[in-house]
Amino acid sequence: MQETPVFPASQNANNYAIANRAAAATPTGVSKAVRGLSDRSIAWLFVAPTMILLLAINIFPLIWTVYLSFTNYASNRPNRPVINVGLKWYRDILSSPEIWTAMQATAHFVFWTILFQTLIGFSLAYLVDRKFRGHAFWTTIILIPMMLSPAVVGNFWKFLYQPQIGLFNYVVSFFTGLPPSSFEMLGSVTLAPWAIIIVDTWMWTPYVMLICLAGLRSIPDYILEAAEVDRASRWRQFWSITLPMALPFIMLAVLFRGIENFKMFDMVMLLTGGGPGSTTELASITLKRAAFEAYRTGYSSAFAIILFVVVFGLANVYVKALNKVKQR
Amino acid sequence: MSGASTTAHSVVEPSATSKRVAGFFVILYALISMAPLAWIFATGWKTPPDSISYPPKVVFDPSLEGYCNLFTTRTRQTNEYIEALGPPQGACDEVTRRREMVIAGQSNYVPRFINSLIIAFGSTFLAVSLGVFSAYAFSRFKIPLADDLLFFILSTRMMPPIAVAIPIYLMYRELGLSDSALGMILLYTAVNVSLAVWLLKGFIDEIPREYEEAAMIDGYTRLHAFFKVVLPQAATGIAATAIFCMIFAWNEYAFAVLLTSGEAQTAPPFIPTIIGEGGMDWPAVGAGTTLFLIPIVVFTIVLRKHLLRGITFGAVRK
Amino acid sequence: MTKFLAGAGALAAAIAFAPISDAKADTLTLCWAAWDPANALVELSKDFTAQSGTEMKFEFVPWPNFADRMLNELNSGGKLCDLLIGDSQWIGGSAENGYYVKLNDFFDKEGIKMSDFAPATVYAYSTWPKGTPNYWALPAMGDANGWFYRKDWFENADLMAEYKTKYNRDLAPPKTWVELKETAEFFQGREIDGKKVYGAAIFTERASEGITMGATSALYPYGFKYENTPGKYDMEGAVNSADAVAGLEMYKAIYKCCTPPGYTDSYMGENLDAFKSGQVAMMMNWFAFMPGMAKDETVGSKTGFFVNPSAKVAASTLGGQGISVVANTDNMDGALAYIKWFAQPDVQKKWWSLGGYACHNAVLNDPGFKDSQPFAAQFLEAMGGVQDFWQEPSYAQLLQAMQKRMHDYVVADQGTAKEALDGLIQDWTAVFQEEGKL
Repeated sequence: MQETPVFPASQNANNYAIANRAAAATPTGVSKAVRGLSDRSIAWLFVAPTMILLLAINIFPLIWTVYLSFTNYASNRPNRPVINVGLKWYRDILSSPEIWTAMQATAHFVFWTILFQTLIGFSLAYLVDRKFRGHAFWTTIILIPMMLSPAVVGNFWKFLYQPQIGLFNYVVSFFTGLPPSSFEMLGSVTLAPWAIIIVDTWMWTPYVMLICLAGLRSIPDYILEAAEVDRASRWRQFWSITLPMALPFIMLAVLFRGIENFKMFDMVMLLTGGGPGSTTELASITLKRAAFEAYRTGYSSAFAIILFVVVFGLANVYVKALNKVKQR
Repeated sequence: MSGASTTAHSVVEPSATSKRVAGFFVILYALISMAPLAWIFATGWKTPPDSISYPPKVVFDPSLEGYCNLFTTRTRQTNEYIEALGPPQGACDEVTRRREMVIAGQSNYVPRFINSLIIAFGSTFLAVSLGVFSAYAFSRFKIPLADDLLFFILSTRMMPPIAVAIPIYLMYRELGLSDSALGMILLYTAVNVSLAVWLLKGFIDEIPREYEEAAMIDGYTRLHAFFKVVLPQAATGIAATAIFCMIFAWNEYAFAVLLTSGEAQTAPPFIPTIIGEGGMDWPAVGAGTTLFLIPIVVFTIVLRKHLLRGITFGAVRK
Repeated sequence: MTKFLAGAGALAAAIAFAPISDAKADTLTLCWAAWDPANALVELSKDFTAQSGTEMKFEFVPWPNFADRMLNELNSGGKLCDLLIGDSQWIGGSAENGYYVKLNDFFDKEGIKMSDFAPATVYAYSTWPKGTPNYWALPAMGDANGWFYRKDWFENADLMAEYKTKYNRDLAPPKTWVELKETAEFFQGREIDGKKVYGAAIFTERASEGITMGATSALYPYGFKYENTPGKYDMEGAVNSADAVAGLEMYKAIYKCCTPPGYTDSYMGENLDAFKSGQVAMMMNWFAFMPGMAKDETVGSKTGFFVNPSAKVAASTLGGQGISVVANTDNMDGALAYIKWFAQPDVQKKWWSLGGYACHNAVLNDPGFKDSQPFAAQFLEAMGGVQDFWQEPSYAQLLQAMQKRMHDYVVADQGTAKEALDGLIQDWTAVFQEEGKL
């Protein structure tokens, strides 16, 4: 194609050539439109849509939630006059024994799931790192549960936990000799909190395993070789090299699991619905009940803000600790 | 362990015994963790009485009833009525009549499954498109307060979904977006875009700047270089990101159950509500669950190389 | 890959932005719970389609999710339902917020008289404020909590003899809660037909309304009242009276002694499963399931029915629904035409014959009604003594409090009955204070 110079000859020759080649490569309409775009404007143009979307669907609603948390608004009572109640909901929530029970249930759930998942996940990663034949295939198989929909998982575990007809009790009775109908995983006050921990551990141990595996593989061979030369025992190698070097990864896994399980709603909702009584009623379930069953919008907005501040605060503290470990 | 030092290979290479022991435990774990899924899969092929028999049946005659019940609604009829109908049409008709019922129509499973597809694809497309532009900008340009903006993007994922849903519910009610596919697409896009930006920024960071710079010296504009050079280079990353976004939208429950009631309801809130006459229709639930999980299992296998990056927001790259 | 994505995205966007529902004027969507009577309604509505040419679509939601989903739908201003067969407790809120269409003018115009329907059903399913002639629904489905029992076991000669010597009375459907408990204990753990069986299946569900509906079936007969003076919200001494405490303790005693294993979160569906699979001698459940049970292929012929036992008074927990027009509908004329059609005596008679509980006097006062079904006489008896939960606009909050208190006491074994009911007064007082009613 014949080139038609678009720039005046007075410009720097080099620029001139580049610009004209560019003009040839771009359809004229577009080239005219974009030539004026500096990197700066492109940057803003590229970032703006995302920011607008997040402002509209995250930030604006968040501000609205803060506002609602100071009112008595109820979304199922649109005709009721909205009054300012000040900090009443915050006071009510922080002094409500039910909320504290829910927070304790959440803490129990978060603590034990993280503990089990870290122990089992790290052990599995350590074993997979032995690189036995077929390890890649079996690792992929192990990963499947964490990709599934938590709601669907909760629903089908409800079936597996049925005392007489479910697989779980049957298997337990096969190995222990207890009659399968002698215990109720979902119905007993003592067992139900462990029932949800078991399902979450089943589902998310692969997640921790995968991150730990990355940690183990990040340890350079030469360090282990040096230890071998120094005749450090396997045990010592593990405690003074493997574990400390994988620690940032383990902590990262704990961070992600902690945030996710603090927010836990779907799996537990479908598995126990918070029961029996309120033994497995995690914070998110309490919030759902207040916001979408009782429609106490003001009250639940305050609770939502409190939960958000807690996650955000804890995550920030934790990230600081994580960075310290990394710097060591 | 003493064997390890006498063999030829590196000292850090595990011994054959330790490999075998490790393999045994890992495979044992994998098999145990697959048992619940296998059980659900099997339940889909049982008859309702078999599915709730005690003790649980491991060996059973496979039946189509679960899948038939999943796709149809049925009404109970008298024997005379059924006999007057003439020969059954198709396998499901036959299975249904054996229970003294007739097929009354189609169930809502297919429409809900299609809603899941529309919402997952729509939100993935939007999230990845927005994400790839933003990620490029964050990767290549000096943006004032970039760190804060990036952290802000990430923090949107820290909110409990129910907390987000409270104002969204009110907002959608005002805008008429309640129970609409568009509303769900926008919401999932907003949630997914944080993941997309973080992941794609990682992928784009890995593409050497020299490629675009060379193209620009050749006369490409920045925009052109982005489309012609960067995008093709980032194709794998974009594909992986897309699948992660899709999995989130596919699996999501909390927003779907609160913000949709019928027209735009997706499969996860629907599957737990599949009931037969009286109680839960476990074979139909098993069938519905199986069909719903198959795409995810396939994606998991396809994605295994990028999995780590996806689930850690790009914090761990390999 | 990018091309693929772009294509897929364009496709998805095209589908998403296109109007999904073909909301033609000649279709109506009716929303209700997914249960046996709903299937009967589908059958019945075929006549309406044949007459009017209006296509009927149905959205049936399982009970545990029904209130959640439908109240959410109403509150969010959705357009899913044109007609809604909603629970009696929703009337207050839906009337006050304008979610339902007020039907007085329409009734007057079409000559539909509420005096043609059983007074208890009109009061519970149609009026707001309660008992005033302001109608927001047409009574569609009368219902109360009743009992099913295994006639074949009750008529087993050996068991009858043993029962007689043990309790010095005949083995028969219990008339009081004490008898109910004894009969349940009698069957608990017994081997019948080579299977271990249990006494009774009762409601213990936590998430929606199950345990409240079950517990009130014991509380009402024992003399539980919501208020000392109706309309005054003075609950102290009514909700936690000695009678109420006795009723609640009885309910827990039956839960403890005589339910099958794993009976910690069961409602209609779980009970039906337990009963149909021959696990229990007696089952608490709604009258709505009796027509289906009587026709059941395996236990239908072996099943008998009885009214909720009494204690101090005869009383049953009210179920049932009225049919309302959703104010947001795009097809108001069609929806009203459906109600007009449904209110006709002939249609009501067919409704009853198909397994729906018509509330029309033309059906109930028919001399042949009592003998038309093995549960018809019991139904009339039960409807004579029904009591309902609070129908306040804030009912969801009131119900939630009761679900928690009941489940904590009965299933999770926390505190005493008195403490549970005292706690309930506290919770309810807080709700009414927030409402400005106290």
